[in-house]
Amino acid sequence: MMRMPWFGWQSPATIAEAAKILAGEGPQAMLIAGGTDLVPNMKRRHQTPATLVSLRRVAELRKIANGAGLTLGAGLTLTEIVDSAAVREKYRGFWQAAAQVASPHLRNMGTLGGNLCLDTRCTYYNQSLEWRKAIDYCLKKDGETCWVATASKRCVAVSSTDSAPALISLGAKVKLVSAQGEREVAVADLYKNDGIDYLVRKPEEILTEVVLPDAQGWRSTYWKLRRRGSFDFPVLGVAAAVKLAADGTVEQARLALGAVASRPFLVDKGGEFLKGRKLTDEAIAEAGAIVASRAKPMDNTDLDLYWRKDVVGSFVGHALREIRGDDMRAMRMRIARQAL
Amino acid sequence: MNAPAKPREKTRFDTIGKPRRRVDGRAKAIGQTRFADDLVLPRMLHAKLLRSPHPHAIVESIDVSRAQAQRGVHLVLTGAEFPVPYGIMPVSQDEHPLARERVRYVGDPVAAVIAVDEQMATEALQLIDVKYRKLPTVASPEEGLAKPEPRIHDYGERGNIHRNQSYEFGDVEEALARSDHVFEDLFFYEGNTHLPMEQQASLASVEGDGKLLLQSSTQNPHYLHRQLARVLQVPAAHVRVIATPNGGGFGGKCDPGNHEFVVAKAALMLGRPVKICLTREEVFYQHRGRHPVLMKVRTGVSNDGRLTAMHLQTLLDGGAYGSHGPASTFYTGVLTPVTYELPRFKFEACRVFTNKPACGPKRGHGTPQPRFGQEVQLDKIAERLKLDPAEMRLRMVTQPDSLTASWLHVGSTGLAECIRKVVEMSGWKERRGKLGAGRGLGLACSTYMCGAGVSIYWNKMPHSAVQILLDRSGQVTVYCGATEIGQGSDDVLAGLVAESLGIDPGWVRCVTGDTGITPIDLGSYSSRVTIMMGNAALQAAGRLRDTLAAAAAEALDTLPDRVIFSQDRVFAAQDAGKTMSFIEAIALAEAKFGTLAAVGSYAPPKPPGRYKGAGVGPSPAYSFSACVVETEVDEHTGWVTVPKIWIAHDIGRALNPVLARGQVIGGVYMGLGEALMEEQAFRRLPPKLSSALVHRNPSMLDYKSLTSLDMPEVEVALIEYPDPNCPYGAKEVGQGPLLPVMPALANAIHDAVGVRIDEIPITPDKVLRALEKKEKGEAPRVGPESFPSVPYPAPTFVLPPWEGGDGNELKGQEGRKAA
Repeated sequence: MMRMPWFGWQSPATIAEAAKILAGEGPQAMLIAGGTDLVPNMKRRHQTPATLVSLRRVAELRKIANGAGLTLGAGLTLTEIVDSAAVREKYRGFWQAAAQVASPHLRNMGTLGGNLCLDTRCTYYNQSLEWRKAIDYCLKKDGETCWVATASKRCVAVSSTDSAPALISLGAKVKLVSAQGEREVAVADLYKNDGIDYLVRKPEEILTEVVLPDAQGWRSTYWKLRRRGSFDFPVLGVAAAVKLAADGTVEQARLALGAVASRPFLVDKGGEFLKGRKLTDEAIAEAGAIVASRAKPMDNTDLDLYWRKDVVGSFVGHALREIRGDDMRAMRMRIARQAL
Repeated sequence: MNAPAKPREKTRFDTIGKPRRRVDGRAKAIGQTRFADDLVLPRMLHAKLLRSPHPHAIVESIDVSRAQAQRGVHLVLTGAEFPVPYGIMPVSQDEHPLARERVRYVGDPVAAVIAVDEQMATEALQLIDVKYRKLPTVASPEEGLAKPEPRIHDYGERGNIHRNQSYEFGDVEEALARSDHVFEDLFFYEGNTHLPMEQQASLASVEGDGKLLLQSSTQNPHYLHRQLARVLQVPAAHVRVIATPNGGGFGGKCDPGNHEFVVAKAALMLGRPVKICLTREEVFYQHRGRHPVLMKVRTGVSNDGRLTAMHLQTLLDGGAYGSHGPASTFYTGVLTPVTYELPRFKFEACRVFTNKPACGPKRGHGTPQPRFGQEVQLDKIAERLKLDPAEMRLRMVTQPDSLTASWLHVGSTGLAECIRKVVEMSGWKERRGKLGAGRGLGLACSTYMCGAGVSIYWNKMPHSAVQILLDRSGQVTVYCGATEIGQGSDDVLAGLVAESLGIDPGWVRCVTGDTGITPIDLGSYSSRVTIMMGNAALQAAGRLRDTLAAAAAEALDTLPDRVIFSQDRVFAAQDAGKTMSFIEAIALAEAKFGTLAAVGSYAPPKPPGRYKGAGVGPSPAYSFSACVVETEVDEHTGWVTVPKIWIAHDIGRALNPVLARGQVIGGVYMGLGEALMEEQAFRRLPPKLSSALVHRNPSMLDYKSLTSLDMPEVEVALIEYPDPNCPYGAKEVGQGPLLPVMPALANAIHDAVGVRIDEIPITPDKVLRALEKKEKGEAPRVGPESFPSVPYPAPTFVLPPWEGGDGNELKGQEGRKAA
């Protein structure tokens, strides 16, 4: 089998203790929660941290708190998120996103925080050391050239988190804690469009919790495009959250895209366009076109990139029709291969 | 010896045809089965291979001194230790366990480290210094035809052409010229790999008597045994190969692997057990999977939808080594005439070397590609002639006990019944064309052989042999070289012997796949095991039954041929009151005749074709399948879903229906994966910046195959017309049911949205592109646009049986004109 590089291991019991270890060890230390992203990456020598700081024993990271909204510990597994009635009932889009991450086995191990901090992905990068040697490496790791866009100075590896676009559309925030203190950052502001330096989180910071605002009056949904009904990362994620007036007029709308850039992002113009309108077929088609124009898929993940761009409008349409109240169960079954 | 053992008095079966738990089911379900990687021996060392990072290069030097000096390292091997080449086929001995002068693809092994553990071996690989001189690369057969230099191998037809051949059975151009219609189509079938759950693993050791033992996940222990003796230059009698139960094979474990020679050599040199287990990425490099094939099919058709002639041309991307390539090249055409009456047939095929992992046999070996082309073309013909595709096929299925234009003998056939069955099950007549927008049904058929008629190396000996030993406890031990690769060969063996002796399969102990103990079986390939091992088993069991009957008859006061074996007992036929237990019968026979054992063996009948090359394609029997796929296509995105598949398979007789249905559904699963997504695809980086040519997706995440959520419901019908050449009439089921799935899907998509996707896999972007063409009024088709000029040789010309031929080649123009 592929073997891990050597590493040291620390297993703190509290956030404060973990933050202290990170501060002491410096950037040679990395956090590990479920390990579903980091362990394969270490086997492929993408990351070779001198020390792994495990968050597994930190009980504070596993809490669920109801208030005006919902606060979720970053150490909750994705299975625990999916099993949460509060998430399923109030934050449907986020629940649908979490339910479609990877496969049941990986959701049993992988955590919410891990999915938000997921390393960006690229078919030239997510390969063994030997394979990468055969292409003389790439810009993201050990090399000079971005093989996806050889003229590019920037790494275009793709953000592949499902939960982030859903949380962005819902206006969620995360808490980042370090030995120096803590801060709150909107999920929409957590990411940078750079395949290498993709998070505003500093190496010494721990993403401890996700804070969801009150969802009264909001409807949300998440449509994931991937080749198969399980296991695969998204090649497109469309998240929509809409607040509708009693007569069906859109009061507020947030549309977010995943897997079409190095970060998940809010398409402001899509939401602005819908504001004050009803979700007619025409309005949905126009919103789809607006959102689709912002998608810039690259040839660095599964499926044909031009096709991936071509279908963004259709997926925005699926999302907005579901929010309008159309029965989308048959289409959902065809795309997701499961009821959601 | 050729005559199949006949179940004499059997009109009613105790075991055969009854759904049973397979004999190895319990161990597999509870994790008790010991696969190769589960084996551990005292003082065992671990091996890892250093593989080439270059797709084509000269190995100028290898310095292993730093690795050799590393703590924990016991041995470093290079190509210098392996002067003798190997290859599964006698005509393609073109591989070395470790490269000697040349590497030919990214992943070609160049050195090996044997160390205390896998981690140390892996780390030491980085300390081996190899100097390469890079060479220009060939990425496709088209490029290989255009660039004869540098040659990837210094043998073959010429340039980078490995194999090039042409056969013509009757004057095809003449027949096409007088046909009412001639259809010409181009098709492409992308390569894909086997993806067995178990990665290859091997454990080599030196037994107490100084002889080599290799326990390995191989489908073909016998061929591996022969190659080990040759490559390691040790007497064959000093080598023993045990094929461990394979966690799936599908053809990927038929070729001897580099790693098998390396651990064997290391164990002999060190006197300690040496083990290797390939990583998943390495399995993609070992490959030997489906050849990418470009096809041109010209078919003549009469107004009433009968075929007049076909000219089939294929171009195969062989990858870097010969592997089974010479056979694969034949198989891209030889089974084409078996399904439908085809008066004349011309078949040209060319295999080109490229700098990619070697292609070889994968489930269906060479035949899914032309079957896809032919069955999609038939759908186009039916559409043009306004015929029902099922009816059109039904009218021209080959007849039982007939010859094809190419002199293959078709014995039993249930193809017509298969077609009628899937038409009925799927509601074809009532539902087709009435499912609504974006939904459709497609139908396709296929055939496969029940074992290749000739061995991989020329000999006149049996292809399979079975020895049975009866113990006075009642235990029946059955020895056979056949290899359990998950297909259920042990269960078939136990079931047949149990039926023949009238006992429960639980009395039977199977000892299989061990060349040190078991008699010959050529291996688990070409769907040969049930029929060949089965016939050998029935012959051996029949001989023992004769012996038991002779002893029991006296005690039962009857004649030996009036003795019946059933329900663990022995009866006098005319008086069921006269009876004794099976164990009592053994005791009587053992007292009378001494220790009870018998052997049986089987070799296939001599094929009717006598031209050079007639040895590929003949089989004692052919299975047939028909399949209907239902599909839903989203017209906005091209997204394809498959809610249901119906398949009927002519199996002759289902020995264990549970196992048979499992094989059918497994074949459908693999076929649908190939149809929709599986691709062994490669990336060549921009040549100005890099010479890299790498596998695109060598992992189980990125190489896409269906998950359980993507698998539709499959309704299976087993069509049972017992074949007289087969044990209790049982034909193959391991490969055939895969074959019709891909064309049936393509035809269903056409039925749903009116577009033709003439290449595999059928991905949503291709469907959407075809839909856009349709919208614009262009030909609604996506597929290959051209077929390169291939320098096929002048054909071997053979007259079909109905034109006065005798199965021999007609030499020269004179002979052809005379015809």
